[in-house]
Amino acid sequence: MSTLVFLEHHEGELLKPSLGVLSKAADLGGDVAGVVLGSGVRELAAGAGAYGASKVYVADKPELEKPLPQPRVDALAALIGEQGFDTVLFAATVLSADVAAALSARLSAGLNWDLTDLVQQDGSLIGKRPALGDSVLVDVGWTNEPRLALIRSGTFDPKETGGEAQVEEFDVQFEDFSLGATMIEQAHAESEGPSIEDADVIVAGGRGLGSPENFKLVEELAQALGGAVAATRAVVDAGWYPYATQVGQTGKTVSPKLYIACGISGAIQHKVGMQSSGVIVAINKDPNAPIFEFCDLGVVGDLHEIVPKLTELVRQRKS
Amino acid sequence: MKIAVCIKHVPEGTTHRRINPETKRLDRSGEGAINPFDTHAVEEALRIRDAESGEVLIVSMGPAAAQDSVRKALAMGADSALLVTDDTAGGSDLVATTNALAAALEPENADLIVFGQQAGDSDGAVLWAAVADRLRRPMISQVAELTVSDGKVTGKRQTEFGYDTIEAPLPAIVAVSDAINEPRYPSLKGIMGARSKPQRTVTVSELGVEAGSVGEAGSKTTVHALNDPPPRGDTVKIEDDGGAPEKIVEYLAEKKVL
Repeated sequence: MSTLVFLEHHEGELLKPSLGVLSKAADLGGDVAGVVLGSGVRELAAGAGAYGASKVYVADKPELEKPLPQPRVDALAALIGEQGFDTVLFAATVLSADVAAALSARLSAGLNWDLTDLVQQDGSLIGKRPALGDSVLVDVGWTNEPRLALIRSGTFDPKETGGEAQVEEFDVQFEDFSLGATMIEQAHAESEGPSIEDADVIVAGGRGLGSPENFKLVEELAQALGGAVAATRAVVDAGWYPYATQVGQTGKTVSPKLYIACGISGAIQHKVGMQSSGVIVAINKDPNAPIFEFCDLGVVGDLHEIVPKLTELVRQRKS
Repeated sequence: MKIAVCIKHVPEGTTHRRINPETKRLDRSGEGAINPFDTHAVEEALRIRDAESGEVLIVSMGPAAAQDSVRKALAMGADSALLVTDDTAGGSDLVATTNALAAALEPENADLIVFGQQAGDSDGAVLWAAVADRLRRPMISQVAELTVSDGKVTGKRQTEFGYDTIEAPLPAIVAVSDAINEPRYPSLKGIMGARSKPQRTVTVSELGVEAGSVGEAGSKTTVHALNDPPPRGDTVKIEDDGGAPEKIVEYLAEKKVL
């Protein structure tokens, strides 16, 4: 097996989900390389050695400065053409999903998405994909090479094993249409407190909070537990809380040791982003809320009563 | 301005969805409906048309029953429709679907091609990027705010890191988020008028696509097996009688997460 892992980066750091996929690729064995695309990214590339890449390919071009997918497809198609990888893995993000899909069309190579595991079975690579609201786990495969796969974000943790990667630059000729889309503005959403991807404890709030001010209840509980605050898509769309905290299909996938859902109904869009959490506690006044079907402890009641008392009890216990 | 909207006919969400263990494909024998995410794409196209003048073409690929979803989009106000329907196209994966859909879209020369943000059945959110690459057009995905003017399209969107504004010259391809608009319901007049709007049905061979490049034959991915997901364990459910906070703390302590 010769695997290439797409290493995405943001503000001078390789993304944790990308490094997690790299570590998984190293576990699967064979030759494992990473690829870093961007402008001024040579320094970043060497860091991937510690997570299992023996080689990191770099295309350092002004055309690759902004996180737009189409120039990246040109770069990956060129690299795969030169080096002939049989497997190309992506940690799923808004950017990488577009890159992987367009690359699939470019190379007529099979793409499986939303995978939560990769295994070797009788000499072939099998992907595990939850389907139909995660009620079925589907074993998927590929009939040609390279095999392209998008891994559900947050599935694999990066494992720092040490080691050095050899960095090699390659050249890219861009297609005209690939440079058609341009980034006019990038505005960064700031979030305070620990990032939800790194937190062991997450307290999440949904529409059941009733108003944006009531996020204070969630924040106080999170603080007492030493955790981070997350939000559902509905409240982010309503402008109650920043997008960086959104958990679910169009937000982040998280798997903390403890996830406390306050006033969250548990729509499938939210479920897929948090169901691999260790212990899930749900507090909701609607006894029929879907979240009660996949939580560990379900509390039917008024969160406005329960959460402040819970915060107080946690504080007492921790002091 | 010609706008093409790609829609998918998916098994209705309210009925029990299942995968046929024989074919390992999604069971499409029950009632179907337009993919809810795609109604936002139809709505956005209608709004652009109404502001800019022009026409909206609905393009779909699916079984003959997909005609129902096509008609729904026409009833919302689209002008005409093209349905690619062919027994050989069943079971198409991303590559195979791209082969057929791009071939259907290419001769239409739309200035703008609009997709919804994901398929409600396969959870796929990939087709627009594949079609854009095949048609060699610039593309913007996850768009929550769209403007079309002076021969270009501008999309605002959210990513993991914040908000992007991306611009592309027409002809272009855009995938819209379901936060972009509130789709209209078809009016009675719209429903009555839908039947008389131009609707074409084509087969894969009529598109000039080889049979071997669609359906399972043209697919580059495969399904090996269907399994039950790992069990989560039992849910403990309690009603708050005033003592819930204490019970939660006890539970967390017992699970060693406090």
